[in-house]
Amino acid sequence: MTEIDLTILFAGVVAGAAPIVMAALGETLTEKAGLINLSLDGSILLSAMAGFAAAYTTGSLVFGFMAGAMAGAMVAAVVGIFSIHLNRSQVAVGFVLTLMARDLAYFLGNPYARLHGPQVPSLPIPLLKEIPFFGPVFFNQSLPVYFSLLLIGFCWWYIYRTPAGLRLRAVGEHPKAAYARGIDPRRTQMLYTLAGGLLVGLAGATFSLSVKPGWGRPQGAEGTGWIALALVIFGGWDPIRAAAGAYLFAFLQVMGIYLQGWFPSVPAQVFQVAPFPLMIFTLLFMNLAQKERVVIWSEGRPWFRSMLKWLWGKAPTALGKPYAPE
Amino acid sequence: MEIALQNITKDYGSVRANDHVTMRVVPGSIHGLLGENGAGKSTLMKILSGYTPKTDGEIRIDRGIVEYESPAHAAGLGIGMLYQDPLDFPLLSVLENFKLGQSSSDMTALRIRLTDLCRRFGFTLDPDAPLASLTIGERQQLEILRLLEKGIRTLILDEPTTGISGTQKAALFSALKQLADEGRSVILVSHKLEDVEALCDRVTVLRGGKGAGEMDSPFDPDQLMTLMFGTRPKPPPRSAEAPGGPVLNFTSIHARGGRTGLKSCSVLIRENEVVGLAGLEGSGQGVFLRTAAGLIPPLSGEIHLKGQPMKRQNHHGFKRKGVNFLPSGRLEEGLIPGLTLAEHSALQNGGGFWVRWPGAIADAARRITNFRIKGEPNLSVESLSGGNQQRLLLSFLSENPTLLLLENPTRGLDVESANWVWEHLHRFCAKGAAIVFASSELDEILAQADRVMVFFNGAVIKDVRTQETDLRELGLAIAGRA
Repeated sequence: MTEIDLTILFAGVVAGAAPIVMAALGETLTEKAGLINLSLDGSILLSAMAGFAAAYTTGSLVFGFMAGAMAGAMVAAVVGIFSIHLNRSQVAVGFVLTLMARDLAYFLGNPYARLHGPQVPSLPIPLLKEIPFFGPVFFNQSLPVYFSLLLIGFCWWYIYRTPAGLRLRAVGEHPKAAYARGIDPRRTQMLYTLAGGLLVGLAGATFSLSVKPGWGRPQGAEGTGWIALALVIFGGWDPIRAAAGAYLFAFLQVMGIYLQGWFPSVPAQVFQVAPFPLMIFTLLFMNLAQKERVVIWSEGRPWFRSMLKWLWGKAPTALGKPYAPE
Repeated sequence: MEIALQNITKDYGSVRANDHVTMRVVPGSIHGLLGENGAGKSTLMKILSGYTPKTDGEIRIDRGIVEYESPAHAAGLGIGMLYQDPLDFPLLSVLENFKLGQSSSDMTALRIRLTDLCRRFGFTLDPDAPLASLTIGERQQLEILRLLEKGIRTLILDEPTTGISGTQKAALFSALKQLADEGRSVILVSHKLEDVEALCDRVTVLRGGKGAGEMDSPFDPDQLMTLMFGTRPKPPPRSAEAPGGPVLNFTSIHARGGRTGLKSCSVLIRENEVVGLAGLEGSGQGVFLRTAAGLIPPLSGEIHLKGQPMKRQNHHGFKRKGVNFLPSGRLEEGLIPGLTLAEHSALQNGGGFWVRWPGAIADAARRITNFRIKGEPNLSVESLSGGNQQRLLLSFLSENPTLLLLENPTRGLDVESANWVWEHLHRFCAKGAAIVFASSELDEILAQADRVMVFFNGAVIKDVRTQETDLRELGLAIAGRA
């Protein structure tokens, strides 16, 4: 049985979770404004392909990430234009785009399959990386990972501490009331759909240029879009909790690899698939806070009650409902 | 500021909501805008507040013609409005709600401003509380303060006294008087004569989208009623049957729900009886009705319907025994928005392999005639006015109910519609049904009920016959002093 080196394990979790964090935070921003961008899974693949292809062709990682971000923003723009300005169903448009973007990625990415392309180098931060345990886990990583860590704090601060964030929440809560107070709900929704798409695009590029370098079919990023969508709900539309969910998911995935080594007799697929039902189970657990009976039961147990309170999250009231001006 | 609306016209498709309405508001006055439901009051005020664009006409402020596209623009000119459906953000905090739309982004300064304003008007609002924990009345108070902070000089209030307690109404009225004394103008939109009489210096009456007339205080109620309705409707006659056998029997019922739940409630309601439930909103009336309808299972205690125990029965079991429940949220709990009148008929009659449309349409048409609903079988229910929705709901009550449970049966209805509703309900009573209804209007309870139960903090603290009590005594009981 292989021994677990906790430092390596957690460093792997932080690195592996980086793109999931970006995608979940991007979607949190979009949903806070009241719009659901369901195209995440296809969007991530398309931007992973675009990022790899651009970086491979130009030899520049910067161009790679820019191309990925653009691809994510473009898919988001389609969702935005159809649902905000043309009043089409967000779910239908997003769903179809998921499938379309995925197939488009496989089709356009064919010439780039199984090529050896540029890869993001690791960039240890001097001094900080010497801190025992925390140093190797957080400060011996690459730029996208640092970005994902900073992004968590930034998103929280932006949403809950800035006037712009307040306007964003206002639009997601009650677009008509926001309009009455001089905010343009459509412009706000479009803005955060694009911003969210941009982050999803960066997540895709992070996959193909860092976490699972290269392009192929399958790429390895398949399915993460759906997980990111679930994490937004899991996080109760709160960026910090959504990120925490991303780390939990990455942890389960890494553990799967270890467990496979320990129990070779169990089919490998079990450990690959296990994180998904475990996430569903966690979601179920979180929803306990909304159950009246559980709340009554928790009244005499303060520790359980405070945990429930922390887990409880409410969707933006206008989420998924189109805004129609008078 | 002086506001003059001249020949304002608004068309929604082929429907004319406002037809050349003219109205002038003098600075420092409280101006009433009176009219029955659907008279075009809200539309006119939404035009003035910039929320809805007008089709034709002129708005003059201090004699200059103004044109605006958005509420923010109108607020910049000094006009602010409290909408009938509050346009605020329940999940945000009080302070965040106060801030949204203000130009300043300094939270500390805004917090001090909010506290100052609260003190000036005698309101108590916790800046850090989530808005969802506030009552409708407190949310109104916050909106008023927010608009004042924004510098508005004319405040429009659309039906502000619907759904707030008597105390909150008094606080609201004194705040409005204070505003008028400071030289601001207040426009009060209402269908209640009492509000207008208590507050307004001058009133404009709308009828069917047109200006019906204006009047200065003191008002002659008869004349106002004539302006509103043409001819004054009479209150319906009451049934005078003596109470018969027991219908509903609660034995020390405890139940959860609402803000307060229901505590140790023992009640006997008899045939032919009309019982009014009074109390501040959310003092247990809603839980009482829902427990009696089998929607909330009691934690302890026993329910008997016509002498039979109802343990472990759900709403459908209660329904089979002839219990009918009409909640106050017509579109939320009563009707199904998006379905037409005919589809509601089809749902009601149910059964079979396919829907018999000709039958459903004929059935809907019959209801429209019998219940004098203004609508068509193929119209969706949300396009009906509040009064017509209520009539439709009444038409779906079973023919011979044993117990009718009604929550605010005439909320938002004008006097004529309310009278019609009561006339209809008393007919059930004459046939031996018992009626239990919750209402926030004591006048309605005194006029329609044989008996009144006052709820305070989840318990019945007063249970008397209406002939043996009066407004003052009930008012005290509502405040907790029985």
